[in-house]
Amino acid sequence: MPETYGTYGGRYVPETLVPALDELSAAWDDALADGSFRAELDALATSYAGRPTPLTRAERFAPDKRLYLKREDLLHTGAHKLNNALGQAVLARRLGKQRIVAETGAGQHGVASATVCARFGLECVVYMGAEDMRRQRPNVERMGLLGADVRPVEFGTRTLKEATSEAIRDWITNVETTHYLIGSCVGPAPYPSIVRELQAVIGREARAQILDAEGRLPDAVVACVGGGSNAIGMFAGFLDDEKVEIVGVEAAGAASLGTGRPGVLHGSRSSVLADEDGQIADAHSISAGLDYPGVGPEHAHLRDTGRARYVGTTDEEALHAFRRLTRTEGIIPALEPSHALARVNELDAELVLVCLSGRGDKDLAEVLARGE
Amino acid sequence: MSKTLVIYLMSGQETPALAEAAVEGGADIVELGFPFSDPLADGPVIRRAAERALADGMRTHACLECLAAVRERVGVPLIPMTYASLLEAYGWERFADDAQAAGATSLIVADLPAGERPDLHRVQLVAPTSTEERLRLAGEQTDGWLYLVTVTGTTGTREGVSSALAGLAERARTAAPGVPLYAGFGISSPPDARAAAELTDGVVVGSRALEAAERGPSALREFVRSLRESIDRA
Repeated sequence: MPETYGTYGGRYVPETLVPALDELSAAWDDALADGSFRAELDALATSYAGRPTPLTRAERFAPDKRLYLKREDLLHTGAHKLNNALGQAVLARRLGKQRIVAETGAGQHGVASATVCARFGLECVVYMGAEDMRRQRPNVERMGLLGADVRPVEFGTRTLKEATSEAIRDWITNVETTHYLIGSCVGPAPYPSIVRELQAVIGREARAQILDAEGRLPDAVVACVGGGSNAIGMFAGFLDDEKVEIVGVEAAGAASLGTGRPGVLHGSRSSVLADEDGQIADAHSISAGLDYPGVGPEHAHLRDTGRARYVGTTDEEALHAFRRLTRTEGIIPALEPSHALARVNELDAELVLVCLSGRGDKDLAEVLARGE
Repeated sequence: MSKTLVIYLMSGQETPALAEAAVEGGADIVELGFPFSDPLADGPVIRRAAERALADGMRTHACLECLAAVRERVGVPLIPMTYASLLEAYGWERFADDAQAAGATSLIVADLPAGERPDLHRVQLVAPTSTEERLRLAGEQTDGWLYLVTVTGTTGTREGVSSALAGLAERARTAAPGVPLYAGFGISSPPDARAAAELTDGVVVGSRALEAAERGPSALREFVRSLRESIDRA
């Protein structure tokens, strides 16, 4: 049976995809048991992606705390998304699939997908909402340069939700030749666990680094949550450390965990923004990467069990944190982790670790349009 | 033996009159779409119809009322077709009970493959990608007939009948002996319907029926009649 997280997860997909998901599960289990898979990923991580990423103390941003940033913004392509894309590209090769289809919101996962496809000589199709293409123009241009076919999605909210639906429809149609490189810890089983495992390198490294720097574990670990992949990767390193507080930060207008209800979206049962009839609601966020009405099923479970808590940040608060980190630390963050940064100073914790999931170059136009 | 003709209609104000027209034209079963905002299995025609239906307020309660209104007009089996999110919100058992009370004969959930929620009795779908094991499971769990998805793809009109159908039909016959097989997805014209019916026990026509329905009950009646005449020659 497909894995679940409490009552969340599962496989709510058309029958056409079930055999492909079974095949993917089997290939993933084989890969995990195969030392050469792990060795290949480790070699790519160090020689291509730039791992390990550093831990940076941010003294001027948070003078009253001991704040450390896990610098996924310094990873090749500028965000944590590459961890997952590299792993799934190697997996796709093991499956004998030559064509990759992906969805993207902020464009970071699309860029990571286009990058690994260029690196491995795979055909790459990326679905992106027309509204997101407008607000994340540099990433659209990067994907084009990398050789990806970026297909605008022109219906509904023209954002990540529709792009994901369209990528899944493409996969249904081309399932025999195509691997669906999902970008977050969402979707039907086994995707949430594959993405979690590939992103868990963030938490593994960060845990060792902070022990090295401070001689102890952090009081709190914080990450932004859209679909939730950087967060689950960071949290994975600390879930068993009961004294470490775990905090996920959603966009206030896209708070699937904060204001959602149980529902089914894009192949799994989770907490989603939906009305009382189960119709999916529109999310609203300045950050294209958080502008999604669903969330990974494991986050819904962590919320329900109380192991993690989830809070919200408004667009304005995120913009403020974006400008503040830029001016106090000389680091331009993406708008997504700016949501996490915005909650740091009010935490009842001294030693805090934040996942800086990506860099902000892609967001300059959006931020500058909002004025200084 | 006569082949079965299944016509898909989207729930809406006009649906009772359209269903009556479809049955007059020769439909044996009517599938009634309960629209969902994010229908993964559907192509552009059904997606647009779902968007319009939702804009017109066709939420679950209104769809159940529509089902009851259709039931008053026609005697053939009626099968709601929808997505898991609606059942999750309404309550799985309650949805099945209330649909039956409103006159439903069975149920189709497009994103609930065989094996998930086995207690919910429904028509199962199988696809060209389904393994023998899954064909058997679907055959055991299905309610009355098996829905053969003729293509690896979404709903919507296509030219000609999928080359995958013959193999799927043959495998499904072996895996689910005695279970009627009706083919759907991409069956657009009377010749397609006839070609598909020759390989199976019946056909489901959706997107092209919705396009005919947009032109009103008499256009739908004529279209369904042309399908009926064609499959009766199969």
